[in-house]
Formats: sequence, structure tokens, C-alpha cells
Amino acid sequence: MEEASVKLLELTDVTIRFGGLVAVSGLTFHVNPGELVGLIGPNGAGKTTVFNIITGVCPPTSGSIVFSGVSVGGQRPYQITARGISRTFQNIRLFSSLSIFDNVRTAFNLHLKNGFFGSVWRGGSFRTEEAEVRREALELLEIFGLAAYADLPCRSLSYGDQRRLEIVRALATRPKLLLLDEPAAGMNATEKLELMKLIQFTKERFGLSVLLVEHDMKVVMGICERIAVIEYGRKIAEGTPAQIQKDAKVIAAYLGEEASDARS
Amino acid sequence: MKSKISLLIAVLFFGWLSFCFSGHREASWPLPQFDGYLLSILILIGINIVSAVSLNLVNGHTGQFSLGHAGFMAVGAYGSAWITLIHGKEILSLMGVFVSMPAECLFLIALLFGGLFAAVTGLIVGIPSLRLRGDYLAIVTLGFGEIIRVILQNSDALGGARGLAGIASYTTLGWTFGVAALAIYVVGTLVNSTYGRGFLAVRDDEIAAEAMGINTTKYKVVAFAVGAFFSGLAGGLYAHFIGYINPEGFNFLKSVDVVVIVILGGMGSTAGVTVAAVVLTLLNELLRQTEQYRMIVFALLLIVLMILRPQGLIADFGRLLPWRRRA
Repeated sequence: MEEASVKLLELTDVTIRFGGLVAVSGLTFHVNPGELVGLIGPNGAGKTTVFNIITGVCPPTSGSIVFSGVSVGGQRPYQITARGISRTFQNIRLFSSLSIFDNVRTAFNLHLKNGFFGSVWRGGSFRTEEAEVRREALELLEIFGLAAYADLPCRSLSYGDQRRLEIVRALATRPKLLLLDEPAAGMNATEKLELMKLIQFTKERFGLSVLLVEHDMKVVMGICERIAVIEYGRKIAEGTPAQIQKDAKVIAAYLGEEASDARS
Repeated sequence: MKSKISLLIAVLFFGWLSFCFSGHREASWPLPQFDGYLLSILILIGINIVSAVSLNLVNGHTGQFSLGHAGFMAVGAYGSAWITLIHGKEILSLMGVFVSMPAECLFLIALLFGGLFAAVTGLIVGIPSLRLRGDYLAIVTLGFGEIIRVILQNSDALGGARGLAGIASYTTLGWTFGVAALAIYVVGTLVNSTYGRGFLAVRDDEIAAEAMGINTTKYKVVAFAVGAFFSGLAGGLYAHFIGYINPEGFNFLKSVDVVVIVILGGMGSTAGVTVAAVVLTLLNELLRQTEQYRMIVFALLLIVLMILRPQGLIADFGRLLPWRRRA
């Protein structure tokens, strides 16, 4: 994808302050359509805060966020999701009392035509829509190998499968941009490999752009096309994985010895 | 399958409705003749089902802990009594020309007015206060309930502290269980739809719900308004059953009574809450024999039940039903 093409997500000079603490400062950065971008940085660098800014959980103190040509700064999270940004969470946040199927179908709410009265009246259009939602949700679950367990409580899934279900749920909102917050956290080496395949597969299958926050360098370097590095809320480098690995600032800030190990 | 069951419920509901239009306070066929005491217990059970099932939508399904339920009941009770008591004659004479059952129509209008008035009150209270969570919301709703009571106590037009007396006895068994069936149907179908799963999502994780495109504020306000509407209906039924209402009847303890039914039945379980409404109302009557120790025994039973069944009487009721096992 060319730099010059229309950007899907564009953050310009975004700053957020929590009282005296400047969590993110003057961040400018973008995601192109169909791109897989990594956002890395040491602990407390502000990665998750950037996610929270993009998804509307914490509106920025200043700066602009433009998604598909529309400014989304200051909008509520559900409005931003409706525009096509969906996310997963660092600490899994499934709807714990609901079944796997219900977790997914809840995310279809956004596109429902039948609201309160339709759901109580249960007319023809409601039943058609409900069947449609069921079909689509099961189809999504099928793709990720979870359809067989659709009616089980989501708590009964293994940790890796719960992360997978979060991705399915995020996809059910029909996003254009998927934000993954540390999807590899707590996974072992095999699971991480599977995850990398899964992310790339998801991106191709649904024609998405993906923004990935991740601590695990193998995962980030393995699948990202472009990486932005932040430290203390400022962007210190941006480039391809190869460029980032050689970047002196990045090595100093973050990769340290691990980076030199990786190169040797 | 599910739609067939809802159809069945709807048919039963309309059956009840036509039955209740028979116009007698006493039950008629197909029910046996009840004596007055038994009949009044049954009606109280029905009223408690309505208020508990509606509160359950707010406290149980949507997870917004409200302690102001009696306030909405009061609004509904006074609203409907205002219609039948003060405008009853005009409406009756007006309608006598057009419809064959003017008294029933008057009661329907009064009930709906009380319910809608309560729903509007719910909106007014809910929109600002539902920004709060947990304990804070509980305190605000508690305060709201008290405000309603104090306003009623000081409004001479509505009888002040003396209350309103001489309300016509329109509430029959059919009306009560018709409204109860309606409440169960509405809450049940709502929660079992894709739209309604949003209420549960809001309860489970508000941040995740919002991130999945659910307007959490709207959901909370809708739950609050629907809950208030049915509490208003419950209040209307109560007023036209007892025939006399006063502000003290809708104090904080009344709210707690309903909350107890909801917690005991299982937060978020319509079936459980319905059963709990029956059990607790009956228990209240059975314990009359213990006279002044009634409340002690009652409280002890609650404590024991909470220790043995913290999830509610039948929180996993769905698993017992053959047609739900699949889901």
C-alpha cells in the first residue's frame, strides 16, 4: 500500500493528559487500508492509552482523529464502533454470563433494525433478522472453529479460545479496522505461532486493517508490515520491522539486549 | 420452537384478558370459587409478580441496582386512582355511549395512564442518574423514592398524608394475572432477543458492551423506563384492589420488599423471580400464625435461603425446561 493513498485512520498531534500526567503527547500516526501495523513500546509507554483514545474510551485532550475521512474525536465508543473500528481487550472482557453464541450475537446489535418493539412483537421481520443473525454468528464461529461449542457458557473456553472468541465478537461488528490489544499475552510458543497465523488469516479473509499492540517481539516482527514505537507517550520511531530492529533510539529505549540477540 | 411458546403465552394472556372482562371481582369459570381471603392472596401474588419481574429487568438483567421501585409504584397508583376517582364519572358517561363495558375501559385507561406516567417519571429520573454506578445509583434511586413519597404527603389535591380513599375495586384476578402475563412476556421476549441480549451485556461488562457498539446509556434508560412502566401498572392494580392508598404504603421498605423477591428469585431469572414472588407472598401469609415473631422468622428464612442458594431460588431454571436445553 502506498503512503500517498487514502489513509484509513489518521491521528494528528494527539495529546492526552490525566491531571498533571501527559500520557500521550503529540502523537501523529496513521494506518492505511489493508495494512497490519504494530504499536510497541516499553511498559507504561501509553500503548493501551492510544487504543483507548482511538476507541473513544478516553477522549484526547487535543489533536484530531480521522477515520475514513470523518473526524471521530470526542465520539462515544459505540459510535466509533459503528463507524468501523472494533477492538479486543488486553484483559479478556467477554460477557461472562452469556453463551459463546450470545457473546457474538450481542455484537450484531449495531446493525439491527428491530429494536425494543420489534423484539417484543416478534413479527416477521424480527424472525427473519434473528435467523440471519444466528446464521452469520455461527458462520463466524465456524471460521474460527468455535461453532461446535456455540451454546456453552463462554467461561468454559480455554484461555486461547477466549481470545479467539473476542476476535470473533469484534468481527461481528463488521469493522474496517481491528485493534488487537496484546493478543499474545499469556500464550505459549505454539499458541503464539497459531495466533500469528490467525491474525494474518483474519486480515486477509475479512479484508481488514489491523493495529496490533504487543509485547512479544517475535509476534510483532513476524507479522507487522510497519511498526510504530512509543516511549513515554511520544513516538520515537516508525518503519518496517527491519528498520525498527536497527533503530538506535528503539534499541536504547526498549529492545536493548534482546535486539542484539535477535540480530546475532 | 421459541416463537410457538411465545405464541402460547400470548394466547393465554388474551384468554386471561377476556376472562377478566367478565366484570366480577370473584373468579368465575374455569377457576373454582375462591373465598375472599384466598382471592386477595392470589391478587397480591399477581401484583408482586408484576413489580418483581419488572424490577428484575433493571436490577437483574441490566445490573443497575435501583432501590426506588416503590416510588414508581406510587406514581402508577396515584396516577390511575386520579383517573378513576376524579375523572371516572365523566369518562364513564362519555364512554357509556360507545362501549359495552365502560368500567373495564375506564380501568384500562387508568392503568395505562398510571403506567405511562411512571415510565415518564422513570425517564426523567433515569437519564441523569444512570450515569452513576452501583452504590451511587442505589442511593439516588432511594432518594427519588423518598422524594415521591414526601411530595405525595404534601399535595392536598391527592389527599396528602391521609391518602386517597374510596377507589373503585376494579382489580380482578384476571386483570392482575393478565398484567403479570404481559410483564413476563415482555421481559422474557425482550431478554431472549438479540436486541435484548444487550441488557445482559451492559450488566456483564459495560466497557466491552460499549466497544461492541452498544449504546449503554440508552439500554439502561430503556430498562429503567420499562421497569417503571410495569411498576406503575402494579401500583394501579394495587390501588384498585385495596381501595385506599396513602404515601406511607410506598415507603422505602416497600422497595426493599421487591428487591428481596428479586434477589431471592435470582437476579436476571424471570422464572425464578416469579416463583419467589409466589413463595414470599405465601410465606408472609403463612407466618401470620407466628404473630409478633413473623418478621424474625421471615428474616431468618431469608438468611438461610441466601446461604443455601446465593444464586437465587432457581437461577438455572432454563436448564430444567426441555425446549431451553438446546440454548
